[in-house]
Amino acid sequence: MPLTESDVTWVQEPKLGLLGQLYLPAIADGLMTTVGHMFKKKVTELYPEQEPKLPPNYRGVHRLNRDSEGRTKCVACYMCATACPAHCIDIVAAPAPEGWKDREKYPETFVIDELRCIYCGMCEEACPVDAIELTTLYDLTGLSREQMIFDKEKLLSVFDVTTKAGTDPVRTRSGELGPASEPPPAK
Amino acid sequence: MPLEALDLSTEAGADQEFLYTLNFGPQHPATHTTLRLILTLDGETIVKAVPDIGYLHSGFEKLGEDLDFNQYVTIVDRMNYISPVANEIAWHHTVEKLLGIEITPRCKYIRTILAELARISDHLLCVGAAALDLGGLTAFLYAFNEREKIYNIIEQASGQRFHPSFTRVGGLMNDVTDDWVKLIRVFTNSFPKVHADVVRLLNRNKIFIDRTKGIGTLTKEEAINMSCTGPIARSAGVVRDLRKDEPYLAYGELAGSFKVACSKGGDCLARYLVRMEEMVQSVNIIKAAVENLPSGPVNLHTEDKLNIPDKAATYRSIEGLIQHFELFMWNRRFETPVNEVYGAHETANGELGFYLVSDGSAKAWRARTRPPSFIHFAIFPHLIEGHQISDIPAVLGSLNIIAAELDR
Repeated sequence: MPLTESDVTWVQEPKLGLLGQLYLPAIADGLMTTVGHMFKKKVTELYPEQEPKLPPNYRGVHRLNRDSEGRTKCVACYMCATACPAHCIDIVAAPAPEGWKDREKYPETFVIDELRCIYCGMCEEACPVDAIELTTLYDLTGLSREQMIFDKEKLLSVFDVTTKAGTDPVRTRSGELGPASEPPPAK
Repeated sequence: MPLEALDLSTEAGADQEFLYTLNFGPQHPATHTTLRLILTLDGETIVKAVPDIGYLHSGFEKLGEDLDFNQYVTIVDRMNYISPVANEIAWHHTVEKLLGIEITPRCKYIRTILAELARISDHLLCVGAAALDLGGLTAFLYAFNEREKIYNIIEQASGQRFHPSFTRVGGLMNDVTDDWVKLIRVFTNSFPKVHADVVRLLNRNKIFIDRTKGIGTLTKEEAINMSCTGPIARSAGVVRDLRKDEPYLAYGELAGSFKVACSKGGDCLARYLVRMEEMVQSVNIIKAAVENLPSGPVNLHTEDKLNIPDKAATYRSIEGLIQHFELFMWNRRFETPVNEVYGAHETANGELGFYLVSDGSAKAWRARTRPPSFIHFAIFPHLIEGHQISDIPAVLGSLNIIAAELDR
């Protein structure tokens, strides 16, 4: 579909008259614009004092969800580690301990390198049992690289913190348990 | 045939004693990113300029051969980081062309809105930074304040401000809410005021016009011969816009709501004016798209076996669970035809294309990018030769070269 003349608007160069050739009117015009802005609402955010308003679907630090018995929901299926474009998730699977009747495997270790992570959210997209989620915690700091490598306990503690604060993620509709977390049907 | 190494030290006429060589960049405030120019100067006049690229080479295209079609979206984000969403949309447009799928109307409209927001965001930065390099800080601050609102809109939709990774094959990461639509309405109402502020500060500014008019002139023939696209070609009088020429997404349906901004000047001032006009047209597109935003699903149906199913479908239905595993197991994922496709979008800087070669697996065999910055940096020596050193910031600012996209 070639463009016709009616589809085009030709931009004209601004014509500077004799007044425009002088610098003074432009300076006055510019000053009026900037002075006008002085009386408008301030746009600066005073960050550490004022917390930013983040949407509830913000993609921040990960958490590992607990089931109703306080155990990790993760079944060590490696789906998040496979989906991760940054390869920052490291899982070691082990047979589930005695008494865990609803699954055969559980993660012996579950490590996320928060420095490698790009917070794309593909791990929670890949998780089939609602075990890993990104929370709205954004102010993640550490004094060493080791502090930024989160292990299972730390990720579970993020769950405790966010549940207590009432900032559960909304993207994966947390709270709905996956099939693997439900008890097996009675025979 | 072995390539001959480019000898950057010997310049034309280096035997003439009055010429000298100046190294401009890679760390120079006016280049904004890592661009390097080797200039041969006669006094302050540039006799010859040789651009040296590769300082920000990050192997993005090679990563495209290692990551699958959905994962690679996190990398294309980082190419033109001024308007990341536009890159994502162009990438997934190419993938969908390869797979031969048609996305839903709602997805088309949302992607159109996001692409136009990205264009405004890119132009605001380009115009602001161009003015900043020429000594006008205020327009830059006003433009950046408005970009902040665009970031908020993208954050509201995807959950992240800078690298949203929002698109997926056959749809989006998640649907948008009514609050998002409200945010866009607020933005389209407030944007004309900011646009007017920038116009007042720059359009009739004698200093700005003196620094940009007649600098870096490009004729229509040269623009076509050097394969310029986007605002750079349009400011030289080339009437070409992929949004009208080869309508994609919802641009065909919204064709009546916007016009293509062109100019006959071809200099830095014309490029600035075309970008300013394009922003006005983009707001018109966004307004029309928001008013006509169709309801319905944003992703393809689960039966098409291309989309990551909704979490509820994964947890509650066996089809959803199977589909979910099919898309994430490393030995399954997408089934693609063995084919080569080229998909191009009109992004803020020009034609951003992806040339995708598939060998039938879920990963691209080759994911070549046609970045507008690469082509436009190649014409830079032509634009600058004969001008003064102080014109370099004006020309660079008007070309809006993003090194991450240039070097990939």
